[in-house]
Amino acid sequence: MDEPDSTGRFGTFGGRFVPEPLMQALMDLEVNFRKFWSDPEFKGEYYDILKNFGGRPTPVTFLKNMSNDLGVNLYLKREDLAHTGSHKINNVIGQALLAKRMGKSNLIAETGAGQHGVATATAAALLGLKATVYMGAVDVKRQGLNVFRMELLGAKVVPVESGSKTLKDAVNEAMRAWVKEVDDTHYCLGSVMGPHPYPWIVREFQRILGSEARSQIYEILGGKYPNYVVACVGGGSNAAGTFSGFVDTDAELVGVEASGGAALTYGTVGVVHGMKSYILQDEVGQILEASSISAGLDYPGVGPEHSFLKENKRVRYETATDSEVLSAFKILSSSEGIIPALESAHGLAWIIKASRTGEISQGSNVLLTLSGRGDKDVAEVKEMVDRGTVI
Amino acid sequence: MLENLTKKDLKPLVVPYITGQMRDDWLDIIYQMANAKADAIEVGLPFSDPMIDGPTIQESSKKAIENGATTDSILDGLASLDIDCPIYIMTYYNLIVRVGIDRFVERVVSSKVKGLIVPDLPLEEIDELNTATRSAGVSQVLLVAPSTPDLRMASIAKRSAGFLYTMGLMGVTGERSSLPQSALETARRAKKVAPGDLPVLVGIGVSLPEQAREITKYCDGVVVGSAIVRRILNGSKIDEIGEFIQSFKS
Ligand SMILES: Cc1ncc(COP(=O)(O)O)c(C=O)c1O
Repeated sequence: MDEPDSTGRFGTFGGRFVPEPLMQALMDLEVNFRKFWSDPEFKGEYYDILKNFGGRPTPVTFLKNMSNDLGVNLYLKREDLAHTGSHKINNVIGQALLAKRMGKSNLIAETGAGQHGVATATAAALLGLKATVYMGAVDVKRQGLNVFRMELLGAKVVPVESGSKTLKDAVNEAMRAWVKEVDDTHYCLGSVMGPHPYPWIVREFQRILGSEARSQIYEILGGKYPNYVVACVGGGSNAAGTFSGFVDTDAELVGVEASGGAALTYGTVGVVHGMKSYILQDEVGQILEASSISAGLDYPGVGPEHSFLKENKRVRYETATDSEVLSAFKILSSSEGIIPALESAHGLAWIIKASRTGEISQGSNVLLTLSGRGDKDVAEVKEMVDRGTVI
Repeated sequence: MLENLTKKDLKPLVVPYITGQMRDDWLDIIYQMANAKADAIEVGLPFSDPMIDGPTIQESSKKAIENGATTDSILDGLASLDIDCPIYIMTYYNLIVRVGIDRFVERVVSSKVKGLIVPDLPLEEIDELNTATRSAGVSQVLLVAPSTPDLRMASIAKRSAGFLYTMGLMGVTGERSSLPQSALETARRAKKVAPGDLPVLVGIGVSLPEQAREITKYCDGVVVGSAIVRRILNGSKIDEIGEFIQSFKS
């Protein structure tokens, strides 16, 4: 996967649709990222922290029982075992280091369920930065434990009362806050979305996921690449990192969206949060709210590079419903001893479905990025079970 | 031919803002603004995700959308007006993209709208829309900010038509109790680089006539947004809104 062009576009998608007061900051960010991402000392520090603090490399695990049941060979790239419990740490360590190099003392971030907020608070604590996390008031209520976690890590959590009070509004509010504090503050965006250079920067910081997976699975399969490489897609960062390791192989790449937040499957092209991409919007152009059991996929847009990969057909995008996801969540927990994040369970849900229908042919080698662990979700799932939802 | 705003006398230019359809009598308010000697009127198309707007204009956008406002309904309303005060549309880019650039510009022309202000379209992204607006004779107003370096400010001013929208501070729309230092400094810099016939107006954070008087020592006029929108939201009567606008002219 290449650099975007000089206007920050992947094909026709991406760009920088932001108010003028943010342009200087975005241009500075691009210049600095370009400089430090080719600086061996910067890279050395980034890899060192991810190894000794972040727990990388994460392993690839063969799922014996499920493989038997499904008739395919199923492997998981275990981002659930990375520090803070998801792939988000790869990106925030990179951005926090970059912020320090740029002389910024504060980080701001948006968060939905709280995973990116927790990761940002963690990086800030580690590197001596101040973190402020914008979180929709609705999500603050739903994810009380993660709010406390962020506060424990020393971050300030600001409930966002505007709009629909969820992730998309948290992004707006973080942008508004950034305009005011742009001199000493870096906006640590959580996915491959937003204005250029973010989609590119975040993908580069998630590349480590894909490069590790590539060499690990190649060795496991005795010198072959898998037939399928699958990842869930919210904004699209774990998928972008994963796919970056496999675009030049024969593997079929599959991104799985939540059916209630499927910008690529059901959306149309538009401009929101600084980027041109597929988004869920109504007929006059108002942005719609996404709705999914996994807060991390509850986003009406998607990163512009995914829109590009959809149009040039290198990646296919599928969806999974809430009930398929709950079932996958339960199967992985009970048959393999791994409780997945509900986000990651979307990828698994599609694999289960496609294996059973024969779309993935028997004996195929399938690699799924398990983007995070499910600890954050068990309370919510328990509530659903208590209310009588069958999983 | 693109016409810039021109001063009729020595008084500063005053451009009040209203979000389209935020109140049922929005068109009457626009008439009143014109009667109050507004030099132009900025009408906002409400958007669900207004990135550069503070709570007051956010609230007005929400109200407008709840009132059923759409691009079409607002442009239809404007087309029905019979005033000689130029109207500028403020809209986020997605509402234009959704309709299609060419069709949107056609609609704007047929509604007798003079120009467009698109706050999430920086210099680097204006070309596509600018091609359409230029050939249709619609003025595209560009924005500069306190963070905009001089050279860039000059390039933006060169491409701006109608007037140059100078953001007085690094922040979102909203009222401020006093004029920030950055407004004076940015107005001064903008005036220096802007072509002689392009008026420089300062917006964002200009809420009171005293502030307007102070800032127009350095520029040609002001855009008054949140201070008016708050009054409309609070149920101010139409003539009170007119008087408030007039107070900027005295
Ligand atoms: C575990 C996990 N997976 C996936 C996502 C979705 O984000 P992305 O598509 O950027 O990987 C999130 C977001 O919060 C997450 O927490």
